Amino acid sequence: MTAYEKVMAARDAKKLTAVDYIAHMFGDSFIELHGDRRFADDKAIVAGLAMLYDTPLTVIGIEKGRNTKERMERNFGQAQPEGYRKALRLMKQAEKFRRPVLCLVDTSGAYPGIGAEERGQGQAIAENLMEMMTLKTPVLTILIGEGGSGGALALAVSDEVWMMENAVYSVISPEGCASILWKDSSKAPEAAEALKMTAQDLFNLGVVERIIRQPKAEDAAMFESLKMLISRTLEKNLSLTPEELTNQRYQRFRKIGTAHLQT
Amino acid sequence: MDFFAFVKPKNELESAPDAKQNVPFIPEEMWVKCPRCNTLLLTTDMEENLNVCTHCGHHFRMNVKQRIALFADADTFVERDGGMTSINILDFPGYDQKLEKARRSGTESVICGECLIGGVRTVLCVMDAGFMMGSMGTVTGEKITRAFEFATEKRLPVVVCSVSGGARMQEGILSLMQMAKTSGAVKRHSDAGLLYITVLTDPTTGGVTASFAMEGDIILAEPNTLVAFAGPRVIEQTMRQKLPRDFQTSEFVMQKGFIDAVVSRDKLKDIVARLLKIHGYKEAAQ
Ligand SMILES: [Zn+2]
Repeated sequence: MTAYEKVMAARDAKKLTAVDYIAHMFGDSFIELHGDRRFADDKAIVAGLAMLYDTPLTVIGIEKGRNTKERMERNFGQAQPEGYRKALRLMKQAEKFRRPVLCLVDTSGAYPGIGAEERGQGQAIAENLMEMMTLKTPVLTILIGEGGSGGALALAVSDEVWMMENAVYSVISPEGCASILWKDSSKAPEAAEALKMTAQDLFNLGVVERIIRQPKAEDAAMFESLKMLISRTLEKNLSLTPEELTNQRYQRFRKIGTAHLQT
Repeated sequence: MDFFAFVKPKNELESAPDAKQNVPFIPEEMWVKCPRCNTLLLTTDMEENLNVCTHCGHHFRMNVKQRIALFADADTFVERDGGMTSINILDFPGYDQKLEKARRSGTESVICGECLIGGVRTVLCVMDAGFMMGSMGTVTGEKITRAFEFATEKRLPVVVCSVSGGARMQEGILSLMQMAKTSGAVKRHSDAGLLYITVLTDPTTGGVTASFAMEGDIILAEPNTLVAFAGPRVIEQTMRQKLPRDFQTSEFVMQKGFIDAVVSRDKLKDIVARLLKIHGYKEAAQ
């Protein structure tokens, strides 16, 4: 597949969304929790508690919706400030109970609307980046579809970031990049290539630790092995002291891209 | 884009016949037209007035040198990591040429260093709109991160003067990663109990707004400064929503609760110096 074909696959309306992953991995153990305690409940973010085998987990996903009605309700997976604040509230709650956090990211980006700007979209994302970096409990992020810029990063300042094999992660959409740089959005396939946004590219750049085989709904064995992998990683990080854990997370981001720097 | 970008190639005075007869030869670049009140201003008058329109108070952009001079006590600024330069890590088409062009006016989209502000030893980072519109590349993020790490180690306050069009697209995901890295460095500085003041200047947008620009203990902004995550054009184009008047100006963003104070340029240094002292930072021994 070309980079742009992967972009298309990541956006495919038929692929599994965050609620599918939650249902397949955690079933009836999932208890949804709503609201940011400040303004509203943003349905673009689905969050709650679940059991991963014997371990309680906080799960936070960006949900695009699986049909037209759901997509409208979920604002096509474009979160507002209250969505990021809900996520942060539940991460701080997880920290209090030293419960690991799993984030599932699938968004074209944070919502670029009037209300979102008025309620501090930039501030909400910035606060998540700061707070996640020193969150004293393990955090793991899996990009399951689109990873759109700051709106994705706001749930991805984690100990490890994994990607589904057909997921993409980028600072800007290839269409946006092509229209800004080359004044021609039809050059999106070239932009997708140049932006290095596929799982393989990002693995090579040290931005993600693991590439996961794309699951299908009926693929129970696949979900079981993903669960085992998640469990193993979170257990390993749970054994670290909070200082070791947050130092490791800081160094993870500290070193990305720096091998190329002069002086 | 410093204020010379506003200079018209032919100014109106020059084209008026009697002006030509009565006024001695004035080079074109001596005049600049205020985009807000249309007054023609003598650049020397304006520079003396901190690049603020003497007629209506419009704040023109400042270049990095002017900005450092605005904050730092005379001859106290010492640059750090000045030799670090961007390279085309992703081999992005056209980026090398863009960098080459940008380097004619500056070294990188941020200049970091140490100086005295009102006698107080402070780490100062000033972004440069003249260098690829202050976009956040790997070097931008690295310099800011090192500045915060240095300040944390030496227990110094930090002042960041932001101006940015957003991400450096040509560095792809590495540009995005700078938001996380800088935020981590800000958090460590903050957890050490140290003061961070941000000064938002026109325009502060995108990934800079969604990271270190909005993470100050105290967030100041110049008047009529665009402060946004998604800029007005993005919102209008993608959402087809009509924007309210004065939307995303610093005054508007302050009214919404995200900026501590809008401060005119002539008062900025004094306010920053007073804030440093209120937080217990002492004047360095002479
Ligand atoms: Zn004016």
